[in-house]
Amino acid sequence: MDIFLQQLVNGLTLGSIYALVALGYTMVYGIMELINFAHGDVVMVGAMVALTALQILTGWGLPSGIALAMAVALAMVVCMGLGLAIERVAYRPLRRAPKLAPLITAIGLSIVLQQLAALIWGRSYRSFPSVLPADSVSWHGVIITSIQALIIVLAALLMAALMLLVKRTALGRAMRATAQNPGVAQLMGVNTDRIIALTFVLGSALAAVAGVMVAAYYNVGNYTMGFMLGLKAFTAAVLGGIGNLPGAMLGGLLLGVVEAMGAGYIGDLTGGYFGSNYKDVFAFLVLIGVLVFHPNGLLGSRAREKV
Amino acid sequence: MNARARFINWGAAVLVLVLPFATHALLGQGWVRILDFALLYVLLALGLNIVVGYAGLLDLGYVAFFAVGAYCYALLASPQFELHWPLWALLPMGALLAACFGVLLGTPTLGLRGDYLAIVTLGFGEIIRIFLNNLNAPVNITNGPQGVNLIDPLHVGPWFLEQTYHVGGIEIPLVINVYFLFLAAVGLAIRLSQRLEGSRIGRAWAAIREDELAAASMGLNTRNLKLLAFAMGATFGGVSGGLFAGFQGFVSPESFTLQESVMILCMVVLGGMGNIAGVVLGAVLLSVLPEALRGLGGLQEFLFGKVWVDPSNLRLLVFGIALVLMMLLRPEGLLPARARQREFHESQ
Repeated sequence: MDIFLQQLVNGLTLGSIYALVALGYTMVYGIMELINFAHGDVVMVGAMVALTALQILTGWGLPSGIALAMAVALAMVVCMGLGLAIERVAYRPLRRAPKLAPLITAIGLSIVLQQLAALIWGRSYRSFPSVLPADSVSWHGVIITSIQALIIVLAALLMAALMLLVKRTALGRAMRATAQNPGVAQLMGVNTDRIIALTFVLGSALAAVAGVMVAAYYNVGNYTMGFMLGLKAFTAAVLGGIGNLPGAMLGGLLLGVVEAMGAGYIGDLTGGYFGSNYKDVFAFLVLIGVLVFHPNGLLGSRAREKV
Repeated sequence: MNARARFINWGAAVLVLVLPFATHALLGQGWVRILDFALLYVLLALGLNIVVGYAGLLDLGYVAFFAVGAYCYALLASPQFELHWPLWALLPMGALLAACFGVLLGTPTLGLRGDYLAIVTLGFGEIIRIFLNNLNAPVNITNGPQGVNLIDPLHVGPWFLEQTYHVGGIEIPLVINVYFLFLAAVGLAIRLSQRLEGSRIGRAWAAIREDELAAASMGLNTRNLKLLAFAMGATFGGVSGGLFAGFQGFVSPESFTLQESVMILCMVVLGGMGNIAGVVLGAVLLSVLPEALRGLGGLQEFLFGKVWVDPSNLRLLVFGIALVLMMLLRPEGLLPARARQREFHESQ
C-alpha cells in the first residue's frame, strides 16, 4: 500500500506537468485542428531560459524565492513571444493548405528550435540551480517533497485560472466560438486571427511554467528535453479527447499515474520478467486500450459524421 | 508517349545507371553510400505513401516495420543464434512478418480517425523499439541496446555483393553492387505502386481517403481495405529493413526511433503525397540534403577563415529551415498528385 500511495504522489506530480503541456496541444488543436509539433520544444526553451536566468539572478545575491519568480516570469514572456512567432511564421500562411502541410513546418520548426538551443546552451546536460528547499513531509510512509507539493498546487491553480478564462470571460467566449466555427465567429465580430494568436500565446505561457517545473523536478535541463515530454503530453491530450480542456487535464494526470504505477508494479505483475523499463510500453498500451473503446478519447465529444 | 517524354525517360534511365560510377570517381565511396541509403529511403517512402498517400491513413510509426524486417534478417543471418539463412528466404519472410505486424497495428485502430490514428501508430512504433531495446533479458533475443553484429552480407545467388568486381576495367566495389540491388528493389516497388494506384484496390483506397462513409455506403469493405493498406505498406518497410541489415552488417534499436518515422513522413508529404515521382524526389532530397550540408563547416572556413558555428548544429538548423521554407512555398508538395493539386486550387 505504501508503494501504491507513493507512486500515486509521484504520478500526480508528473501528471500535473503533462496536463499543463497537454493543454497547449489541445487548445491549438481545438481551434485549428493542428498538431503543434513544436510545442514540446517551447517547453524546453522555457526551461532553459529559466535555468540561465536563475543562475544569473542568484549570482546577484537575490533571495531564491524572488529569483525563481522572476525566472519563471521571464521564461513565460520569452515563450509567449516564441508562440506568437511560431504561429505567424509556420501556421498562419498555411491555414488553407492541405492538412499535413503545417505538420511538416511544425517538424521543421521543432528541429530549428532544438538546434538553436544546442547552439546557445550547448549539448551537455545543465543542472538546475537548487533554489527550492529540499524539505519533505512524511505521512504514513509516503514522502511528499516540497517541490512535488509546489508543482501540484501551482498546476492546479493555473488550470483553474485557465478554465475561468475560457468559461467566464468575453475572450474565452470568443475562443470557444472560434473553435466551434471560425467563419461564423468572424461574422459575429470576433477577430479570429487575434484569437488564434492568443491561443498560441496562452499555451506557450503554460508550457514555460511546465518547462521550469520539469527542470526543477529532475534538476536538469537539456536541448532535447522537450521531445519526450511533448510526446507524452500529446498522448495525454489524445487520451482525454483532443480539443477538450478538462480532457487534457484528466489525460495528463491519468498518464502520469499510469506511468508511475507501471514503473512500480510491472516487475511484480510479470514475475520479474519485465522491469520498469517497460513503463512507456505500459502507458501506450493503456492509450490504445482506451481508444479502442472510446475512439474520441475519454471526454472527447463524438464527432457526428455529416452526410 | 510523345517524343519529349520518351527522351526524358531514356535520359533518366541513363543517368540512374551512370550515377554511381560518376559519383564513385568524383566524390568517392562515402557519397555512393549516401546514394545507397537514399534508395533505401525511396523504398520506405514508397511504402509509407501507400498508407498515407493512397489510403489517407496518417502513420507516425512506420519505422516499426523497417525494424521488424531488419531484425528478422539480423537474427536469422548472424552468429546471434548461429543461423545463416539465404537472402531469398529472408526477404520474403521479413516482408510477411512486417505485413503481419501491419495487420496487428491496423486491427485496433480501425475505428480511429486522423490524429487519433497518428498517436496510436506513434505509440506502436515506440513499443516495438522499447521491446527491441530490452529483449536481452530474461532471454537474450535482440541483444538489447548493443544490437546485433556481424550480420551476413547480401548474397544474391552467385552475386556476392561484398566482393569487388572488375568489368572491362571498371571497378565495382560493395557500394556500387548494393546500389544496383537497391535500384532493382526500387524499380520493382515503383512498378508495383503504379499498378496498385490504378487498380480496383487503389481506386477503393482513394475513395476511402476522400470520404470513408461514402466509400462504405458504396459497398466497399473498408475494414479489409484499410488492413490491406497497412499490410502492403508494411511489406515495403520489411523488405527495406532486410536490405538495410544486410548492407550495414549491424542493427541496433537506435536506428528505429520516432525521428526516423517522422523523417519518412516528411519525405512523402514534402515530395507530394500520392504521386510516385514526388515521393521519390522527396526521399532523395531529404536523405541527400543533410549529408550535403555537412560541407557547411568547410564553407564557413572558406568564407570567414574560421568555423564560427558548430557545423553539426548548423547542418540540422539549415535542414529545419529548408523544411519550413519548402513547405511554405509549395504547401501541396514539390510534385503533387494531379487530383490533389486540383482540389487544392479549387478550394482557394
